[in-house]
Amino acid sequence: MANEGSILTAADLAGNGVHGDDPDVHGKFGIFGGRYVPEALIPALDEVAAVYAKAKNDAQFLSEFDHLLRTYAGRPTTLTDVPRFSEQAGGARIVLKREDLTHTGAHKINNVLGQALLTKRLGKKRVIAETGAGQHGVATATAAALLGLECVIYMGAVDCERQALNVARMKLLGAKVVPVTNGSQTLKDAINEAFRDWVTNVDTTHYLFGTVAGPHPFPEIVRDFARIIGVEARRQMLELTGALPTAVCAAVGGGSNAIGIFHAFIGDQDVQLHGYEAAGHGLESGEHALTLTAGSVGVLHGSRTYVLQDDEGQTIESHSISAGLDYPGVGPEHAWLKDSGRATYHGVTDDQAMTAFSLLARTEGIIPAIESSHALAGALELGRELGPEATILVNLSGRGDKDMGTAMKYFNL
Amino acid sequence: MTTLQTVFAKAKADNRAALIGYLPAGFPTKDGAVAAAAALVEAGCDVIEIGLPYSDPLMDGPTIQDAVHRSLLNGTRIADVLRTVEGVAATGAATLVMTYWNPIDRYGADRFARDLASAGGTGTITPDLTPEESEPWRTASAEAGIDTVFLVAPSSTEERIKAVAACCTGFVYAASLMGVTGARETVNVAAEDLVKRTREHTDLPVCVGLGVGTGAQAAQVAGYADGVIVGSAFIRRILDAPDEAAGLASIGELARSMAEGVRSRV
Repeated sequence: MANEGSILTAADLAGNGVHGDDPDVHGKFGIFGGRYVPEALIPALDEVAAVYAKAKNDAQFLSEFDHLLRTYAGRPTTLTDVPRFSEQAGGARIVLKREDLTHTGAHKINNVLGQALLTKRLGKKRVIAETGAGQHGVATATAAALLGLECVIYMGAVDCERQALNVARMKLLGAKVVPVTNGSQTLKDAINEAFRDWVTNVDTTHYLFGTVAGPHPFPEIVRDFARIIGVEARRQMLELTGALPTAVCAAVGGGSNAIGIFHAFIGDQDVQLHGYEAAGHGLESGEHALTLTAGSVGVLHGSRTYVLQDDEGQTIESHSISAGLDYPGVGPEHAWLKDSGRATYHGVTDDQAMTAFSLLARTEGIIPAIESSHALAGALELGRELGPEATILVNLSGRGDKDMGTAMKYFNL
Repeated sequence: MTTLQTVFAKAKADNRAALIGYLPAGFPTKDGAVAAAAALVEAGCDVIEIGLPYSDPLMDGPTIQDAVHRSLLNGTRIADVLRTVEGVAATGAATLVMTYWNPIDRYGADRFARDLASAGGTGTITPDLTPEESEPWRTASAEAGIDTVFLVAPSSTEERIKAVAACCTGFVYAASLMGVTGARETVNVAAEDLVKRTREHTDLPVCVGLGVGTGAQAAQVAGYADGVIVGSAFIRRILDAPDEAAGLASIGELARSMAEGVRSRV
């Protein structure tokens, strides 16, 4: 058990299979997940899985993770009622889970702290990570600085240019940032390059994967480290409203913030789960990241899941105004939640997201990340559907400071 | 159709290793790929692997990434890959397709196995298909009568080597090093050990790939392996050549020196 006053127990971390939804021994969620990677990486994946299986039930590990979450990340994060924003949602009561208030300003910190501790247990001194917008890169560089690990971040050259501020942050934190110039020069190519580094340096290096995608055991580990979001929110909703919410909403790119808040509610069959993907310029435009809503089942980055691909299995480049949702794959557990009907996934366009972005700023004085704004836009529409009796919990996964360049351009500020 | 079994039996009778060359379909052009493969066969390659270009080649180094990227820009489709196989098989070489799993998954495992067999292909190498996920592909391949080759790596445990080897027909592909494709200054010493460990679990031929770029390296690997696999070194020569004819001459020259290498085991 963790320390007194702790916010985390072993059951909180892993759910301990209470919902019967842990992946099987091969990392399969139904037909999804698994491992499609070069054989050279199998021993490393096995090692990560074994060390994690031990750590998640180890009081010392839980206590260390709990301590960092409380004293470094700033957990628990609060819930915030947003009545003025809710007026635009047909009177449904919208409540925000404030992951934007964590250290580094987004939910990513939860996963990186957990995996950085795991890196120590693996006896490795170097971490590598991929990043799109730079948020996971910044979070990884932060955790690496905190725990004294060497850190290399792979980032598409196009993204490096778009997110120069985050590149500077990572460098300031002591990380080396490697611009990736092959393929589409964005997130998916950064992931390819990180895998190439990992297969070459696997003896010394942990791949600190940033989302609930990739080969087993990453979808499970990243989910468990993000799971604290929903565990806290469920408890807090009961305290605040005396009941569970009618629905839980989250944005979905790779899917880590969404799984993080969904997972504690999966067993609550009456609670609706809604994920919002980036519809970019709209489905018809072909410029979107609607992996679950418009993709097909395939294999990308080591796991079977929904993928944006052409008729011969070549990956199609995604588009979103939000770099964090701009990914042509998605975590296998989301694919499974979609096919089982337990969660429902929708598209939100760039314009809808930016409208919600500005509305939350003006009505509540909170500037959300554009990623999270997709969930806010979804909640507005859902509220109108569900009516004034409904309470809707939204994962405000990050803050919008990083998006001011985009906002200035979009709104002519 | 020349089978892998025939190739390795013949190589064994000649007391030499087999020489296996890799080139992606559609590179440098759709027709140019057949011409390049034919030049390799002419110079002494026993087996040709035709790469199926994929948008996310995460175990390939910069040379093969570059070639594959150009091939996709040339509009290479699976029908082109199969036509390339047909053209190469006509030279008399045993012809394999090397591909990441998703294109086969999307095309349909049964359909791909049938179409590859019809084109004269003798099997596939699938570097990201693990034994755990390979059952549908092995069944489809067995029905179509083509071989399935999988990879072992220096990091593989005895248990993994055994599991991978049990899924292979034709030969076992031993990756010489921990890393991506690409020619290296020296062939990793781990390769010999890996071949030795693999032989304890299979009677199939064991071939070594990754990092082999010269005739001398081919001779060295031929000293302990049943086959020597070369890819990036040929592609590099095509990329660096001023025109297609010069590229063909250059890879022919390199292949001849490799072919000598596999005949002078050190």
